[in-house]
Amino acid sequence: MQRIGVFVCWCGTNIAGTVDVVAVAEALRNEPGVVFSDNYQYMCSQAGQDLIKNAIKEHKLTGIVVCSCSPRMHEATFRKTAAAAGLNPYMVEIANIREQCSWVHKDIPTGTEKAIILGKAAVAKVNLNTPLTPGESPVTKRALVIGGGIAGIQTALDIADAGFEVDIVEKKPTIGGKMAQLDKTFPTLDCAACILTPKMVDVAQNEKIRIFSYSEVTEVSGFVGNFDVKIKKKARYVKEELCTGCGACTEKCPMKKVPNDFNLNMDTKRAIYIPFAQAVPKVATIDPDYCNMLKNGKCGVCSKVCTAGAIDYTQKDEIIEEKYGAIVVATGFNPISMDKFDEFAYNQSKDVITSLEFERLTNAAGPTAGKLLRPSDHKHPEKIVFVQCVGSRCDACNEKGKEYCSKICCMYTAKHAMLTRDKYPDTEVYVFYIDVRTPGKNFDEFYRRAVEEYGVHYIKGMVGKVVPEGDKLIVQASDLIANKQIKIDADLVVLAAAIEPDKSARPLATMLTASMDTNDFFTEAHPKLRPVESPTAGVFLSGACQGPKDIPETVSQAGAAASKVIGLLAKDKLTGNPCVAQSNEMMCNGCSSCERVCPYGAITYEDKEFRMPDRSTLMRRIAVVNPAVCQGCGCCTVVCPSGAMDLKGFASEQIIAEVDAICK
Amino acid sequence: MKFSYFPGCTLKNKAKILDVYARKCAEKLGVTLEETENWQCCGGVFTTAKDEVATKLSSVRILKDALKKEQDLVTVCSACHNVVKQTNYAMQNDKEFASKVNRYMSEGEYNGETRIYHYLELLRDIIGYEKIKECVVNPLKDKKIAAYYGCLLLRPNSVMRMDDPENPSIIENLISALGATPVVYGYRNECCGGYVRLDDATLAEKKSANVINSAKKAGAEVIVTACPLCKYNLEKADCDIPVVYLTELLAEALGVKEDTNE
Amino acid sequence: MSNSKKYLQEEIIRISGVNPKKCMRCGKCTATCPSFDEMEYHPHQFVYMVESGDIEPLLESESLYKCLTCFACVERCPRSVEPAKLVEAVRLAAIRKQGNNRLTANDIPELVDDDTPQQLIVSAFRKYTK
Repeated sequence: MQRIGVFVCWCGTNIAGTVDVVAVAEALRNEPGVVFSDNYQYMCSQAGQDLIKNAIKEHKLTGIVVCSCSPRMHEATFRKTAAAAGLNPYMVEIANIREQCSWVHKDIPTGTEKAIILGKAAVAKVNLNTPLTPGESPVTKRALVIGGGIAGIQTALDIADAGFEVDIVEKKPTIGGKMAQLDKTFPTLDCAACILTPKMVDVAQNEKIRIFSYSEVTEVSGFVGNFDVKIKKKARYVKEELCTGCGACTEKCPMKKVPNDFNLNMDTKRAIYIPFAQAVPKVATIDPDYCNMLKNGKCGVCSKVCTAGAIDYTQKDEIIEEKYGAIVVATGFNPISMDKFDEFAYNQSKDVITSLEFERLTNAAGPTAGKLLRPSDHKHPEKIVFVQCVGSRCDACNEKGKEYCSKICCMYTAKHAMLTRDKYPDTEVYVFYIDVRTPGKNFDEFYRRAVEEYGVHYIKGMVGKVVPEGDKLIVQASDLIANKQIKIDADLVVLAAAIEPDKSARPLATMLTASMDTNDFFTEAHPKLRPVESPTAGVFLSGACQGPKDIPETVSQAGAAASKVIGLLAKDKLTGNPCVAQSNEMMCNGCSSCERVCPYGAITYEDKEFRMPDRSTLMRRIAVVNPAVCQGCGCCTVVCPSGAMDLKGFASEQIIAEVDAICK
Repeated sequence: MKFSYFPGCTLKNKAKILDVYARKCAEKLGVTLEETENWQCCGGVFTTAKDEVATKLSSVRILKDALKKEQDLVTVCSACHNVVKQTNYAMQNDKEFASKVNRYMSEGEYNGETRIYHYLELLRDIIGYEKIKECVVNPLKDKKIAAYYGCLLLRPNSVMRMDDPENPSIIENLISALGATPVVYGYRNECCGGYVRLDDATLAEKKSANVINSAKKAGAEVIVTACPLCKYNLEKADCDIPVVYLTELLAEALGVKEDTNE
Repeated sequence: MSNSKKYLQEEIIRISGVNPKKCMRCGKCTATCPSFDEMEYHPHQFVYMVESGDIEPLLESESLYKCLTCFACVERCPRSVEPAKLVEAVRLAAIRKQGNNRLTANDIPELVDDDTPQQLIVSAFRKYTK
């Protein structure tokens, strides 16, 4: 039999205003197992905690019930109090008589009655509680960062700075991500490359960081502190350790008609290429879809001109296996396809482009060497129309777009408009907007400058249709303030396409058993209080894979994710949550139901020898829970047909005892 | 291959050639169109109001008749297609509407089971443009033809599902298959003015003129349509290039255009 | 909002099946409307006025008869509001009143010519007459 103490908190008038706390303490005194019951003004205060500690010692309590606020608030506090008095912290139960009682009821009789019922349920549960001890597991002191954009780069640098080893896996031949494609950055207009490339060099030179470029994560197993990861290094047909990045091969390659994805296919590259001058690693890569040598064995020019002897046409994909203590997802974003928005004629005219394409058109290293020339005839555009919110903020029933605001478009469009007017004052610039959203430091000032100093025409309304006619684009739009339908004969139309998570994110989430929302953004453990952690222990989130973000926000989140990783890797051992699932091997029939529903991959099966009453032995398949991976969600306990699976600390019989106490 | 076929009122009257050539070409391509018996006019436009039931019954009868014969239904006129298809969609998705309709109907429930093909979809998805290419005897060489979709064939796309509603290609690809050169222009999916012609002829003429000018600027010599009202409206807007029905073009290319009663 | 206004608003919302609250006021419907020049109230105003219960001016307006039901606004609306269906519902509310038919059989002879397709006459009756 337990010896239970009950402690009823007033929370000032928060509880005592609607609940007769003395009556609650008296009523619970008579419950089975209760040997002590008291009330106090602020149980969480030092004096209140001392009251609990003294009672535990004096009355030799084996369990306590604190009737107070939500366990989210002070469960941890009271568990520590119990532990300080020598009681197992898992012998503490909280009856939430504030949020679930005093705050939602108006009159004292109802509030008091419900508080007593909630208290009785907690007492019934403590009667069945058993002391629990968290397990421990070691930590591999190395982190994996998936994605080598600015998010991944910053996270890796910060982790390495704390002295831990980091590997970056990047699927493209170079790190740098989207930021490497940008021209200037808002709101300060510093050049993206000038602030990004030094960081890329830092990564390359940091001896704690390894870069696996042109590589993908293919398999993840294990758990927090102990992940086993397989990385596929795709064949680039160039020996990375020998290539000096001199570029002789990329000049001599006769295959010149390869679409240049770095410039969003607005120009071409060779079949052997280095994406851009500051690429890291600065190593050439052969595109096997276009290389004549790889396709039909005819050519071999690059091999002949390579003085380092780095070309290797026989190279194969390679699988690398590595252990990690923590994994950071930094897979980033892409603009959505404009195929379903052809009222804007993206597929009908070369001069209708996306904002990312506009970045390349204004970038000194882009297809026009930074001169703003329209793609169709390389003429200087005299009238440019920017259209905001293309595919963002759509209704859920709308099959084309995304429900969310893409967040970055208002600012980069203001930047594009301003820079155009700055460099080409003869060019008329129109921006069609629904709302201009500029919540950020110096953001609204920036947008106002575009309007007031640079004379960008901001028109409240949306573009309805773009009609290519001759060498003009007839933009038909509404001007809501004037209540007019207007037509502008533009030379260039720029669409602020919504952004979406990179396509690699969904399969990666499956591998990591990390949860995602309906838009394929990774879900954070808590939207406010744990924004850079995935609910899956040991998996962290950095940058736009978690939601649309601009560069400053991405960098801060990247640093935050790094600090969480450092906090994890700094530990030698990890203490688990003892409230995990446990299978009763005598009852388990090995049906796999639990394994299928487990969101964390915590359940495996093993064959175990059972001794039968007649002394013969029997091999049976049984479920085994890895307590380090289990997060205690309880899904498995619900699906288990034989009732073998149970959750420690929340066992079925404990829950039923609570229900019984409430229904009595 | 046999299909139920709903020609509609105008195809029995002012637009006979749209109907006659549709049947002839289908025969030539190995498809028989069996006209629905005792059909009534679809009403020309779909009333979107949820409480309009009686105006949609004729469409449901046509659909139900096809179901009884276990045939898919083919339409040619853009308006008929739009009305019948939108009605069918409502029968599938609006339970309240369907139950009201079924109360009017004799023998058996109907819940949108019939599959509807526009004649263009029949050509593209059932017969196939490759086969049509093989059957062409008079390739329409050197003709620059502008496809005019108007609004009814493509919208609302959530119901019509014929093609990309903003950048369609189903007629252009047919034009290519017949040996001619398709002309793509911006107003091919904008409205001709439709029924507003009777209320405000100037408005209709303005809308049609926009379409014609857009097509001509892009170099069109002929405009092709599947809709008698589109043809009428374009012609009333002083169109100085011919406006023809798509079945006329097809008949010409397939060599079945001679000896009709038109 | 007065009770009669509220009743009319509910009626229009019920007939059209449109939820005007979904509108984010981007004006794309008005941007794309081919009848803009002929309309006193434009599609985005229809949506806004139905949402705020200000429907009487719409019932009186010529704009009701200028909508082509071409569905450009329906197709292009990012919020799936379907303004054309609202216009249709308001027009029906107007012509369903006794004596409010926009078009009668007597009008037809002088409106048609030898080429007029039957389709035009039946469609116009559907839209303008109850």
